Amino acid sequence: MTDLSLDPNAGRPFWRRLLGFNLLTGLLLGVGGFYLGWYGGHWLVNGLDVPSLDYVGDTDQNDVSLFLAYILGVAGFLIGLGFGVYPLARLRGYPPSLREKETTGVGRYFGLSTDHKVIGLQYFIGIGFFFLVGGIDAMLIRVELLRPEPNVWPAGNYLTLVTEHGTMMMGMMTSGILGPFANYLLPLMIGARRMAFPRIEALTFWLLMAAGTILISAIGFGGVPTGWTGYEPLNLQANYGMDAYIMFFALVGISMTLLGLNMLATVITMRAPGMTWRRLPIFVWGVVTTAALMLLAAPVLISALMMAAFDRTVQTGFFVAPLGGSSYLFENLFWFFGHPEVYILALPGFGVVLELLPVFARKPLWGYRLAVAGMVGVALLSWTVWQHHLFVSGIDSDLRPFYMFSTELISVPTGFIFLCAMGTLWRGRIRYTVPMLFCLGWIFNFLFGGLSGIFLSDVPSDVTTHGSFFVMAHFHYTIMGGLIFTFFAAIYYWLPKMTGLMLDERLGKIHFWTMFIAFNSTFAPLFALGFMGMPRRVVTYPSDLQGLNDWVSASAFVLGISMLVFLGNLIYSMLFARVPAPANPWGSKSLEFQLPSPVPVHDFDRIPVIEGDPYGYGEDGAVVARPSLRPAGGEA
Amino acid sequence: MRRLGPLGRILVVWLVTSAIAMTLVAVFLAPHLPPGSGSKEAAGQQLDNEVLTLVSVFVVAGVFTYLGYALIAFRERGDSDGPPIRGNGRAQTIWVVGTTVIVLFLAAFGTYQLLGGAGGGQGAEPVFVPAHSGQSPLQVQVIAQQWQFTYRYPTEGDFESAHLVLPVDRQIELHVTSLDVIHSFWVPALGLKADANPGADNIAYVTPEKLGNVQIHCAELCGLFHGYMFGSGSIVTPSAFASWVASERRFVAPVTHYLPAYSTTYLPDPSFRAG
Repeated sequence: MTDLSLDPNAGRPFWRRLLGFNLLTGLLLGVGGFYLGWYGGHWLVNGLDVPSLDYVGDTDQNDVSLFLAYILGVAGFLIGLGFGVYPLARLRGYPPSLREKETTGVGRYFGLSTDHKVIGLQYFIGIGFFFLVGGIDAMLIRVELLRPEPNVWPAGNYLTLVTEHGTMMMGMMTSGILGPFANYLLPLMIGARRMAFPRIEALTFWLLMAAGTILISAIGFGGVPTGWTGYEPLNLQANYGMDAYIMFFALVGISMTLLGLNMLATVITMRAPGMTWRRLPIFVWGVVTTAALMLLAAPVLISALMMAAFDRTVQTGFFVAPLGGSSYLFENLFWFFGHPEVYILALPGFGVVLELLPVFARKPLWGYRLAVAGMVGVALLSWTVWQHHLFVSGIDSDLRPFYMFSTELISVPTGFIFLCAMGTLWRGRIRYTVPMLFCLGWIFNFLFGGLSGIFLSDVPSDVTTHGSFFVMAHFHYTIMGGLIFTFFAAIYYWLPKMTGLMLDERLGKIHFWTMFIAFNSTFAPLFALGFMGMPRRVVTYPSDLQGLNDWVSASAFVLGISMLVFLGNLIYSMLFARVPAPANPWGSKSLEFQLPSPVPVHDFDRIPVIEGDPYGYGEDGAVVARPSLRPAGGEA
Repeated sequence: MRRLGPLGRILVVWLVTSAIAMTLVAVFLAPHLPPGSGSKEAAGQQLDNEVLTLVSVFVVAGVFTYLGYALIAFRERGDSDGPPIRGNGRAQTIWVVGTTVIVLFLAAFGTYQLLGGAGGGQGAEPVFVPAHSGQSPLQVQVIAQQWQFTYRYPTEGDFESAHLVLPVDRQIELHVTSLDVIHSFWVPALGLKADANPGADNIAYVTPEKLGNVQIHCAELCGLFHGYMFGSGSIVTPSAFASWVASERRFVAPVTHYLPAYSTTYLPDPSFRAG
């Protein structure tokens, strides 16, 4: 077999490696671009005699210069990383640099790499870091809510914490499963050696990293007071930390659009011979439906935020009622994106659960076509329900019965997922490994999340609960109890494949049980708090609600500790115990587990011809692929 | 019981436990569900919440019974795989039909409740105007601003007060609007929630049926002191309301002539844009 190791830096002294396009250059050019935009913006606003910019120039918060600073900073960052190398080289007719094709060395994880496996692991660490940041924000919020009167944070800081937590989580965890796991595993699951657009794939990751940094920097520019929904006209009143929020979602939106594009293109065009749509792993179907939603919904968000940015800088009146605009326009644009967004969060979780249950019940996936119909149905119907976020906003009351019906209806395809999960367990041989426990946790949590959604979809009931902690409980049950539990299921299931090292089973079980019990203890009382009349995003509350709030805060701290247990497990297993993972630790019949752990650089020795779907448990003679993919290192 | 297969037994246990649980919930929990019976609309919403809770109990009982059985009975035995069951057409049909029927019922029931006006803010052209007996509806305008609600009574002398006082057993037609950012006028005990948007008139109907004080909250993040934007209002007898109107008009008389003419929306000069 040819030696495919590629190290363009071989033989070069260390200082030569630091020159050229890499993360360090990216950071330097990013900071340089930031200052260029900052001072350039000041010059532009103060130098030009444009009436609509006079207002901006008169204040000491210059939105134009901050936007320009961020934009040029991100541009400098991406150029410094090396994203311009290949297009420029092709434009000029020179052979492009091979730096991005490096196959050895730890350095390739810190820069632009077009290997989907490297990008998958980069995503895992990057998203993990920002998930931690969002989680710390949540802990700080719960500290504040220990007492009914404000006790720790001034009101403005508290609102910034609320916004940072929500925005960071929503922006980052949208790619929480697609980023690390679909990037690493999708080509392997469909029998391909790469994604359709490897450089775009790398771009989605680095855009997300830039976005997260920008959102954290909002704290230095006065914070963000609007919550993650960024409603106008409060958006317009805000300090120029709001510009960081707008930039964050703009970059996240671009990242999402490109990620969706890449996933769809890969699955449509790069399946191995014999891999028909009916033989696709159900996880891939989850990715496909999610990607379609990402591709179509994210641009709406970017447009809405661009309009808000123009309102904030050049005094347009899109959302300003005195100038003829409408705050309803922003709400509608935001939620037209926002509702498909929450299904973008939920669908990968469906895919993970239905992918893992057959492996741990040792049975084929029950109702494969029904599960696909459920996912596709959810994706299609998700476009028709967004007005349920505006039921009491003063929309035309004729609309409400229709949107109530459409929102109730979307629970039917969601129910298909439950049926297929329960059917897979029927007469199975269930093994209670850590990934399986997280999948069962999903079933429990998403049941309550989904049912509370039924409450919110009913207009009279929504009058009771809209804008209260009931809504918080609902979406934390579906997003955290749903997506995050499946995020951890995916980690425990696929990290051995991705890194070649097993995670400790006992620590994993401690993590699961602490997280599951603490999670339910934290969010179940929120249903009651909502029913008792506590609105969202408040820094004070009636003193008779303190007991419940204290219970919730204490449970939230335990939930935070469970995350530390996971971190401890990760560090211990990856750095100290280092137990090598067999090629197929779970006995899965899926393609990616027929390859060694960790997956070699070239993925498949030979692209297999697919003969069946990966759910042939209990079926004698079921063959997934030919030639049989005996891992080179021997089977365990 | 012994002649039923495992699925049959699960079904029986499900029906029995849900019957017991639903009865317990209907008797002990349902009367305490929000928003209570402070108004006709609130009572309608409480009924919706009760029905939804009962349906949820039914569904949860089913899933838990099934999982309780399956997770114990189908644990791993040795190293073998399970039987290669890939689906069951009849089970799928029953599930699809069953869940669709439940959903259609809930949607129809919710629409029926909406017709009675239990739907909070309906926008500038409300469709579901509940029938009212006796006097014509009392017009009250709720003006939201950062970070206080004020109330204007156009038909009672066109004065604006910082206190919400409403007569019991009379339909109130509320016009909710905002002067700056989006707020939401929420009175949990009356089952009333209507967003306040600048430049928009959001109409909601409520007929209070119980005397006493009610909590008022802002339910939409409106800036720094959103958490402080709460207060209380009073539902009083018609005669107490009339005397309150008289005394409040005297109290605010020094500033009433500064008020702009009554309008369903008030917008500041664009040069004083929000922020």
